[in-house]
Amino acid sequence: MTRFAVRTVPAPLRAEDPRYDLRTTLGGLELTNPVLTASGCAASGRELDQFFDVAALGAVVTKSIMLAPRSGRATPRMAETPSGMLNSIGLQGPGIDAFLEHDLPWLHAKGARAVVSIAGGSVEEFGELARRLRGAPGLAAVEVNISCPNVANRGLVFACDPGAASEVVGAVRRHTTPAVPVLAKLSPDVTDIVAVARSCVSAGADGLSMINTLLGMVIDPGTMRPVLAGITGGLSGPAIRPVAVRCIWQVHAAMPQVPIIGMGGVRSGLDALEMILAGASAVSVGTAVFGDPCAPVRVLTELRHALVARGFASVGAAVGFAHRAPDRAADVGL
Amino acid sequence: MSDGPLQVPGKVLSVRRTGAYHHLTLVAPGIAERTRPGHFVALAVGGRNTGMVLRRAFSIYQVRQTGVYGGTVEVVFAVHGAGTAWLAEQHPHAPVDVVGPLGKPFSLPRQAASTTLVGGGYGSAPLFALGEALRARGCRVDFVLGAASQDRLFGALDAKRMAATVAVTTDDGSTGTRGLVTDVLPDVMARGRTEVVYACGPMPMLRAVSRIAGRLGVPTQCAVEESMACGIGVCMTCVLPVVGDDGATRMVRSCVEGPVFHGDRVRWDHVGTVPPDTVGRTASALAAGGRAG
Repeated sequence: MTRFAVRTVPAPLRAEDPRYDLRTTLGGLELTNPVLTASGCAASGRELDQFFDVAALGAVVTKSIMLAPRSGRATPRMAETPSGMLNSIGLQGPGIDAFLEHDLPWLHAKGARAVVSIAGGSVEEFGELARRLRGAPGLAAVEVNISCPNVANRGLVFACDPGAASEVVGAVRRHTTPAVPVLAKLSPDVTDIVAVARSCVSAGADGLSMINTLLGMVIDPGTMRPVLAGITGGLSGPAIRPVAVRCIWQVHAAMPQVPIIGMGGVRSGLDALEMILAGASAVSVGTAVFGDPCAPVRVLTELRHALVARGFASVGAAVGFAHRAPDRAADVGL
Repeated sequence: MSDGPLQVPGKVLSVRRTGAYHHLTLVAPGIAERTRPGHFVALAVGGRNTGMVLRRAFSIYQVRQTGVYGGTVEVVFAVHGAGTAWLAEQHPHAPVDVVGPLGKPFSLPRQAASTTLVGGGYGSAPLFALGEALRARGCRVDFVLGAASQDRLFGALDAKRMAATVAVTTDDGSTGTRGLVTDVLPDVMARGRTEVVYACGPMPMLRAVSRIAGRLGVPTQCAVEESMACGIGVCMTCVLPVVGDDGATRMVRSCVEGPVFHGDRVRWDHVGTVPPDTVGRTASALAAGGRAG
């Protein structure tokens, strides 16, 4: 890269200019902009649509859908932690039938692009979910929540086992229309996230969503017992953002051609930009929605300004930009 | 009345001490016009870039559509943790982001009926706007207010202004009858020939009130207090077991399907658990671990 490739001169277009190109692509799926909701933080879009038009986002990523209706765990299911929260919901949901009857048609009618997250307890269940989604109007992509316990392997989560992860992703890929991208959602709670990422991509994943929550726990000093009924829970929020940036960086460095959706504690446009610079082609806004229902559209506006201010002509130009070779001229202040 | 909640950049008008509690008045234009008794608001706490990422939910005490500074929303709360402590410390003009009105409000009887309103601690806050609305429909309103002690009793004067009778109980006897609201409730209901009971307060109180009214064949509307992260229906943390029209128990969100429930529909003895006959209950409802969502 030459010194002239460094974008220090602002682009001529202003952030408000409708010609400013925010389009991004995820494994063949073109999105009008790179800001999405995060699975489990937006239900199926209806609630947030009271606050902003969900079709204005790049896509709505749904709460993970399972085959059967599911009650989820007992309460307390949530604990606030420094710059974050723990949750232990237990994948409460109405099941795929109700989702296909009520939720996906609603998103489609709204003109929103739906990235449908699926979760199962076995490879077969994941495959069956993908089969049921096949051809459903409004389905833009399938996100595979592999942070589920594998019933067949003593509850070891698929995401922590490259072999099991690739089996699940392979089954979903086989049952999904070729034109619909399959995204594997990776857990950061692994020794080598690049190895898991590679096995998912080898099994046919068109892109990777990073990161799921980190396993955590809090104990109430008053009762001297765990706060959550489920004992442990998933840690999310700004507290985990540096972990997410690290994971995206490592995987992008190893496989720069694989599209990544970055997530984990994004609550501002600059946070979103950080993930894009690390290698994400799109960014999901999750826990921030609980504190600010309008966070996704606010992040989109802030990101647009941040990209323009740095002279990026497109989102694509910024993807992985932090990986560029050191720029000697800039380093010595020229 | 327009539908749906708003997100409004509010400002503190005042924070006043009232006994052991704080009474916060926020300028939050647009909220009042949409609010009915039983609605709640979710407030952001801690200011910009705070480490407290979740909203705090408060039932609405009262609203005013117009004022010198625009429409206002009032809530009453106790300091429980860092978020409520932050709110209590705010000065006039401090910005506080407001989302509301949220939830399903109390249902009012179609015809004039005799009603008893039961409040525990600052849980009584939403009952006074309700009492006014009931009075406007020609309903008889009796109040039962209870608290641990006199300084934790909220709204006795409000109640006296509108109610046919007001019964007060405290655990320590510092004012009113020593004991629980449920000790005096049957008498109040008998004297007023109560046809509907409205209640708001701690879960054990709601359970007991619902049971007493149920034995007398009187319907109850209970506003529950479940811990919430978002208040708008996306986080799935504020659930409790509720029996639906089809007779099946489901874990329902108290923020959007409540906070007001028919007392005979809530599985009070199972709050905090997933009853065995709940739709979609699996072994993992009890199992520890996991974070798949």
